[in-house]
Amino acid sequence: MGDVAAGSDRDVTSTASAARQSRRDLLRGAATASLALAVGLGPRDARAQDASPAAGPPIKVAFVYVGPVGDLGWTYAHDQGRLFLSQQMPNVETVYQENVPENPGDAERVIRGFAQDGAKVVFTTSFGYMEPTISVAEDFPDTVFVHISGYKTAENVGTGFGKIEEPRYVSGLIAGRMSTANRLGYVAAFPIPEVIRGINAFALGVRAANPAATVEVIWTNTWFDPPKERAAAEALLDRGADVLAQHQDSAGIAQAAQDRGRLAVGYNADMAPLAPQAVLTGPIWTWGGFYVQTVQQVQAGSWEAGQYWGGWKDGTVDLAPIGPMVPEAVRAEAEAEIARFKAGEKDIFTIFTGPILDQAGAEKVPAGTALTAEQLLGTDMNWFVQGVEGDPAP
Amino acid sequence: MDDVTSLAFLTSVLAAAIPAATAILYACLGELLCERAGILNLGVEGMMLMGALGGFAVTVWTDRAWLGALAALGIGAAFGALHAVLTVPIGANQVVSGLALTLFGAGLSAFLGRDLVGRAAPDSFGRLHVPLLGDLPELGPILFRQNALVYLSYALVPALWFFVYRTRPGLHLRALGENPGTADALGLPVAALRVAYVVAGGALAGLGGAVISLATNPGWTENVTAGRGYIAVALVIFAGWNPLRAAFGAYLFGAVEAGQFRLQGAGVPISSFFLNMLPYLFTVAALVLASRPAARRRIGAPAALGQAYVREERA
Repeated sequence: MGDVAAGSDRDVTSTASAARQSRRDLLRGAATASLALAVGLGPRDARAQDASPAAGPPIKVAFVYVGPVGDLGWTYAHDQGRLFLSQQMPNVETVYQENVPENPGDAERVIRGFAQDGAKVVFTTSFGYMEPTISVAEDFPDTVFVHISGYKTAENVGTGFGKIEEPRYVSGLIAGRMSTANRLGYVAAFPIPEVIRGINAFALGVRAANPAATVEVIWTNTWFDPPKERAAAEALLDRGADVLAQHQDSAGIAQAAQDRGRLAVGYNADMAPLAPQAVLTGPIWTWGGFYVQTVQQVQAGSWEAGQYWGGWKDGTVDLAPIGPMVPEAVRAEAEAEIARFKAGEKDIFTIFTGPILDQAGAEKVPAGTALTAEQLLGTDMNWFVQGVEGDPAP
Repeated sequence: MDDVTSLAFLTSVLAAAIPAATAILYACLGELLCERAGILNLGVEGMMLMGALGGFAVTVWTDRAWLGALAALGIGAAFGALHAVLTVPIGANQVVSGLALTLFGAGLSAFLGRDLVGRAAPDSFGRLHVPLLGDLPELGPILFRQNALVYLSYALVPALWFFVYRTRPGLHLRALGENPGTADALGLPVAALRVAYVVAGGALAGLGGAVISLATNPGWTENVTAGRGYIAVALVIFAGWNPLRAAFGAYLFGAVEAGQFRLQGAGVPISSFFLNMLPYLFTVAALVLASRPAARRRIGAPAALGQAYVREERA
């Protein structure tokens, strides 16, 4: 586990803007379907066993969720992580509360309740819990708090987030290869830096595979509204896109693509069961490894408050299984790329290494240099790379 | 940039608008029946969610979407019955009962649906190309390449209009909402009829939910209706309690939703936030219009809407 921690600490950054853009996490869902457990966590699984025996002294770990565990989105993904934790470490007792409002009163009450109840580790999994987490943590110095997607830390408060752009980039490679129309569509929630970063990562992948392709973006201005997401997808399909990607929570986009005999890249959960003929793959969150690692460190007394920004190498993000419609050559190319990310030969900084041009053709990142963590996470990310059609500030 | 004034553009907008609008249309027709009978039902959102979940669950168990649709009708009716019992014989506050049912339906569907999240639909209402009609230019793709629930709504809208305005039971229905005392004096079983219409309205709301979980977005996730039940309630006012205008309103809503994404894609320089706001702006305008007593009469609001009827208290 030590190498994982070291690796992530190195990448870590702390900016206020990082948190601002993660603001959407309070509403947005992201999820690993149950499949993610089987698929995504394999390597971590082994790593966890290497690091220590599954046992250890009994310990209570609490999770505070902003949404329902059944959202097939953000909260669902965290809950899959919790289940992974209790499966990997039978001595861990996990407790959770869902639908916890982000106002200081409710959030503090729930977080404090868990701490008073003897939880040794409390994961607060939405941006809006940042202040309540910090404030409760002051009163419980012996409890470890980990806040997901925020930026404030304390002696006993660390943070955690993930580089979902890495699998997004590889999903773009696959999508770019699979498009015959050279027109791809992207249904996106809100024009905020994190979503724009994801679109850019996807488009860079698409264009690496298929320099002639374009990615058209349509904003829905909602994290979750399945019929509306579908309506946006249909507009893109009507406009000639033959592969759709998304930064949304529902499978409506993939279903729309399937109904037209076209293809889609999912998000959050493996959406293949809901649109088996359409879903090529999709970036997914796999929090389980981070949870196991954190709890093991707490038990071993080696945990230190830091800012965890986990990549593919760390097992915090992954790609859903590649669909059977993807030809062997493309699959092999994607798998080679996946291996490079997993080995740490490539990462989010490799993706955002110049030369990168913006929509107008102006150079945004000079050849040989990469965007820094601050630039990636901050509000500077308000432009689209070349090949993206749409307005980054609608 | 595409030509957004072209016939092809309009066709694509309307073809996408109709299925999107159908869920709202059913719920709206259900609410219309309810309100015509004098009972306000703010539980539509909860009933849609329960219908969406129940319809999907039964489809998963039976592998037949039409059984799911029937189940959605039944579950919606059961929720309607709950509202009816609370508001008609007991005379509870209709606003409170309705809102309670929305919260109850949202929570219960989330709870019961936990194991169905992410499950694939074994059967769903897919696109059916009507022979001949579906090949018509423009009208074909707009009207006749839709799913079976859309076709059912085509029949239901004129049928309900005829029922409300051209039949004796329809006259009685209007009397229930206009002046239940008079209806009572005519010898109509006011309470029983009100209960029946609230139950029927609930059934249609349930079916509206099933349009989402069985046709446009096959599957189940919590809160899959995302507020469409409230739109349906507002649309009844917009429609002036007339089924034909309800269909117009629902399709207009669908067209704005479908159209805004196509305008965005075509690069029309209108903020997507502005376009997103439009359906709700219509809704607010309709609500404001309907809030003035004089306007209420003019747009046809049932005079006794929202009032419990107890025989002894009749004026």
